[in-house]
Amino acid sequence: MSLGQRVSSDHQLARLLQIGVVLEEVVESRAAHHLESLPADEREAIDDEVRALLAEAAEESAEHRERLETLVDDLNAETVAYEEINALVDAQYGPPEDTDGVLYDQLCNEETAYKFYDDLIEAVEASDAEFAIDRDRLLETLYDIREEEREGVEEVTEIMERRA
Amino acid sequence: MNTADQYLKAIYLAQRIDDGPASTGTLADLLEVSPASVNEMIGKLEERGLVEHEKYKGASLTDEGLERAHDALQTYCIIERFLANVLEVEEFREEAHALEAVIDDTVAERLDTIIDRPEECPDCFDPEADCCKYLEVSTQAD
Repeated sequence: MSLGQRVSSDHQLARLLQIGVVLEEVVESRAAHHLESLPADEREAIDDEVRALLAEAAEESAEHRERLETLVDDLNAETVAYEEINALVDAQYGPPEDTDGVLYDQLCNEETAYKFYDDLIEAVEASDAEFAIDRDRLLETLYDIREEEREGVEEVTEIMERRA
Repeated sequence: MNTADQYLKAIYLAQRIDDGPASTGTLADLLEVSPASVNEMIGKLEERGLVEHEKYKGASLTDEGLERAHDALQTYCIIERFLANVLEVEEFREEAHALEAVIDDTVAERLDTIIDRPEECPDCFDPEADCCKYLEVSTQAD
């Protein structure tokens, strides 16, 4: 068992990036499911701000996913298709009761993604392994995505605070 | 998962393997570290009230330690199931060991939203097989 928190090979890096892709797919899929799953009156009650937030979250996740997929591809590995993850989300999905539940789930999504990229960056920085992809390009991509996740956390928190 | 949680999980499994207190040797094997490292960490965990250590017998988890070990093993089960069933990784045990230090509990919780895990988890974890006894492994290549 490796007790160290570092990425030591292309294989391990590809695996972690694959996990990142799945996390983004989960966010995208759950955001879509939330709108569909709410009872009609709750769905109508969702204001434009929350609707826009979910749409933006799905769009941003798709963009992050594409950026990660390019890196995984350059490491000669494959990613799990969105349709497959969407089907898994569908199978296990428990819809939130109301808009606050939707926002809370979205906050968890953004916080989890932030934590994931933060840990991954730390594990890459702690490693002196040579990767098949350029380390600066890898880190730049991860820094960008982490920053957007941080902004996402702030955005959801602000909306939640306004509604409280 | 941090180092302390990896140790607590290993002590929990070693107690099941040894059917009593976890010996330093079993822990060193499970964690692939030296017996000296094990003893050092056991001392730290004892100071934190998570482990009780009896000379010549071994380490046992306190109630608080047991609770944390359960959570850690559950996180580990999620990682193994995710690797085996979603990413279809054949060597899911080895990879789960290599990745557990980098995967945070909150990340595992999100991955848990797309996997099917028995309610009795982590009691159904088989320490000898190093995976859940109900885990169905895909035969498809990685």
